[in-house]
Amino acid sequence: MKFGVVVFPGSNCDHDAFYAIGNVLQKPVEFIWHQSENLANCDAIILPGGFSYGDYLRTGAIARFSPVMKSVEKFANSGGMVLGVCNGFQILCEAGLLPGAMMRNSGLRFICRHVHIRVEQTDTPFTNAAQKGQILKIPIAHSDGNYTCDEATVADLEKNHQVIFRYTTPDGSDDNAGNPNGAVHNIAGVCNRQRNVAGLMPHPERAVESALGSNDGLVIFRSMVEALVGAAKATA
Amino acid sequence: MATASTEIRVTPKIAAEHGVTREEYARIQQILGRDPNVTELGIFSVMWSEHCSYKSSKVHLKRLPTRGKLVVQGPGENAGVVDIGDGLVAAFKIESHNHPSYVEPFQGATTGVGGILRDIFTMGARPIAVLDSLRFGEITASRHTNEADAAKNRRILDGVIRGIGSYGNCFGVPTVGGEVAFEPCYSQNPLVNALALGIAKKEEIFLAKAKGIGNPVIYVGAKTGRDGIHGASLLASAEFTEESKQKRPNVQVGDPFMEKLLLEACLEAMQTGAVVAIQDMGAAGLTCSTMEMASRGGTGIEIDLAKVPQRETGMTPYEIMLSESQERMLLVAEKGREHEVLAVFKKWGLDAVVVGNVTEGGIARINNNGRVAAEIPAHPLAEEGPVYHRPVAAPPPRIETEKDWFTFAPEGANLTSNFVKLLASPAISSKRWITEQYDTSVRTNTLAGPGASDAAVVRIKDPSTGVVKRALALSTDGNGRWCQLNPRAGAMHAVAEAARNVACSGARPIAATNCLNFGSPEKPGVMWQFSETIDGLAEACTALNTPITGGNVSFYNETLGKSIYPTPVIGVLGILDDASQVLKIAFRQEGDIIVLLDGSSSSVGAQHAAPLLGTQREFSSSEYSKMIAGIVAGEPPAIDLAAEKRLQDCLIALAAEGAVLSAHDISDGGLAVTLAESCFASAGAGLAPPALGVNVTLDDLSPAEAAAFGERGARAIVSVTPSKLAAVLNTARQYKVAAREIGQVTRGDAFCIEYRGRAVIDSSVGRLRDAWAHSLERTLTSK
Repeated sequence: MKFGVVVFPGSNCDHDAFYAIGNVLQKPVEFIWHQSENLANCDAIILPGGFSYGDYLRTGAIARFSPVMKSVEKFANSGGMVLGVCNGFQILCEAGLLPGAMMRNSGLRFICRHVHIRVEQTDTPFTNAAQKGQILKIPIAHSDGNYTCDEATVADLEKNHQVIFRYTTPDGSDDNAGNPNGAVHNIAGVCNRQRNVAGLMPHPERAVESALGSNDGLVIFRSMVEALVGAAKATA
Repeated sequence: MATASTEIRVTPKIAAEHGVTREEYARIQQILGRDPNVTELGIFSVMWSEHCSYKSSKVHLKRLPTRGKLVVQGPGENAGVVDIGDGLVAAFKIESHNHPSYVEPFQGATTGVGGILRDIFTMGARPIAVLDSLRFGEITASRHTNEADAAKNRRILDGVIRGIGSYGNCFGVPTVGGEVAFEPCYSQNPLVNALALGIAKKEEIFLAKAKGIGNPVIYVGAKTGRDGIHGASLLASAEFTEESKQKRPNVQVGDPFMEKLLLEACLEAMQTGAVVAIQDMGAAGLTCSTMEMASRGGTGIEIDLAKVPQRETGMTPYEIMLSESQERMLLVAEKGREHEVLAVFKKWGLDAVVVGNVTEGGIARINNNGRVAAEIPAHPLAEEGPVYHRPVAAPPPRIETEKDWFTFAPEGANLTSNFVKLLASPAISSKRWITEQYDTSVRTNTLAGPGASDAAVVRIKDPSTGVVKRALALSTDGNGRWCQLNPRAGAMHAVAEAARNVACSGARPIAATNCLNFGSPEKPGVMWQFSETIDGLAEACTALNTPITGGNVSFYNETLGKSIYPTPVIGVLGILDDASQVLKIAFRQEGDIIVLLDGSSSSVGAQHAAPLLGTQREFSSSEYSKMIAGIVAGEPPAIDLAAEKRLQDCLIALAAEGAVLSAHDISDGGLAVTLAESCFASAGAGLAPPALGVNVTLDDLSPAEAAAFGERGARAIVSVTPSKLAAVLNTARQYKVAAREIGQVTRGDAFCIEYRGRAVIDSSVGRLRDAWAHSLERTLTSK
């Protein structure tokens, strides 16, 4: 089992994802340079947060054309597990690996704070270790997290159970009140129809030790580890 | 010598326009043995500007303590460096970007952050935290500020906040703390002081000293444009007038993505072992970096401007040398290994060009297309610039009588509504609306972000293994109002409060950095404030074992002849040996005992029993006096550095023993505000209703308002589980710190402070929190 963390020149959560997997979960992990088309036989790819190529244009708009994304696309289309966090989520949307797009936050400001998200689906490799309805406290840090898509797409997402994380309040009672950025249907994270590609705006890699204020993000990485273990068993 | 014949001839008028005095010009002629050409004049003018040369402050700065057993590098390099154990060092420094932030708030603030970050990674250290100390004019209309000015101040604040966020967030460094204060004197001259902290392995620290004759000099990073020409000399080293708007083109423009590339590429290039020296191009750009590197190394340097990557065509040598385009570095590589360095920059997609080499003989020669554009002995230029013993004159003593001072409310008066007003004031109210616009948690080291502890606390991951052992704590402080009333005492308070904040987080203060913001040095009264401040800093830093390792001086903070309050901002760095022992301000559980710790010896046994007039005079400088009565007078509280030291040592011991559950110092707004903030923090940042309140009894001898809102130093409150109370009292005794049980943490919403048997503050945490939590946001988003 090996994780790969893609490094775009402006990635700034690459070290954090690496640390969460390598130091906290103690699983093999390596960096993959954006100009490489070789995914180094990794079993799961993480597109980390940051500002890939500066993002002075639309977030992720340039990153989708990078050499590494060609390989990530191939990898995803052949069933490989890909998780995009924040900027990684934006890139996956731009690359068409996930539906939807990001707009500026409804308040038009950068927001960094802990938010609460509900695990809506557990039949994905990113949430299988969580309980359905479990509420996770995880920080966000973004200007452009206002997830949007047309009505037909959002209806599709809901029908196919592709909304895997939804903003809510700490007790889970009021999703609208917990939505920090105006995202449609309070969506914090989605997966593709095949369920092997997912993106979310909150940063699970920043919530992996209680000293950081929460370790609720671990369940996402643990789910990925379990899915990889399961897949390895199935092929053995 | 062959200089470009088309160049403008230097005349006394042109020299004067460059801010070069007649005496300075004679000195230039003496150093060169001839008249300078215009490029040379430009180079001298920026190098000898107040901003770069410290010509008015140098003679005073010598009085600061700069040595200590942990100090690896004191003032004079890009940043100070201290030993933090296990083979690691911390590099940190604070710098101002005041004038640019007034002229163009967003870009001024971004480039302020960018500049200080470069200072840190130029040393080979990866930045892990930024703090910002900000001062603005009043943001609501008052007797000193009309609505138009208040609106303008809000816009400046908004631009500065966005600028800081935009740069740090993209670069990937958490902005973990700092402070924001408001006074009418900053209305035309806001202060933006940015502090950055980085860590490195001790043996991998880099210095800016050119070495090795024949070694190539490499230019890396962004291309050079016409932006920021004379940023340091004309913008930072002169006061504002009505024409200051025309200085907008002197402000640089920041590109955080470029800086991020530069960071990664520089750190990677340093790992090759082929980099000999490195210096960032900040103030005075290519001029400062070439001249200072040669001067420090005792060498010469020769560069060819034609090879400098340029953003625009037709730039003159003068413009190239004086440009302050951001995100550029100059480095010296080992001869024969330059390709290793160039390869790293190519990997990161950055320009990297060999523009010259290190030479023998101490001359800096600037060529342009085969002609000599400037030829200057580097050392005399960099080190033998003018030094001024500016006239110093104390102002006439202020004559104040009782009438000028705060009049205490009659005994028995209920102070709740005043308290609510105080909590809602811009100075005291929650800054969450601001700090949420900063990325505070990237790099996953933030153990205590804004407002969680008295200091910002970041843990240290070993750069090779990621293993965490220690943490660093940082706090910036500086009360301009107190410094205006008494610069020496105010400066001492700034050091004491920063160090006390660090100690409240459980960390031991080890070093300091300072940013000295003052008016025009050409005014004897300002120089008196400056001199007094230096003496105050020296005394406090010596007493509290926090040598000054760097910083900067910002003069000419005045507009239309009116100076700002003298505002020294002090950043104190502390070390916490066990990263799991961070103390925060939040109360933790019902039934915990609230203990007031007081280091002042007069309070052991008999309590503070100053005569009423003394108390009145001292209280007139408080936040409460300013906010409630509109009175700013008297004197800052008497300062007792030995008491501060005792209190800090006691707090550090209590944290290490794990004996207390929270700690919070008493500062702006006094004890009542301290208690309230600890209640608010207990509810966290979430939407859950506050669950903990307090029931406190004050049996002070001074009037109720002084007891509740007085700002005398050397005090903190801690909360303690009843079973550990005896141990805490015992530790306090060992450190000769008075410890008094003043009340209890209670379940529920009640916030009650009793004084002489009567409730003087009687409210609910919910009501108080509402006033405190949302007032800044309401003010800043209402229009």
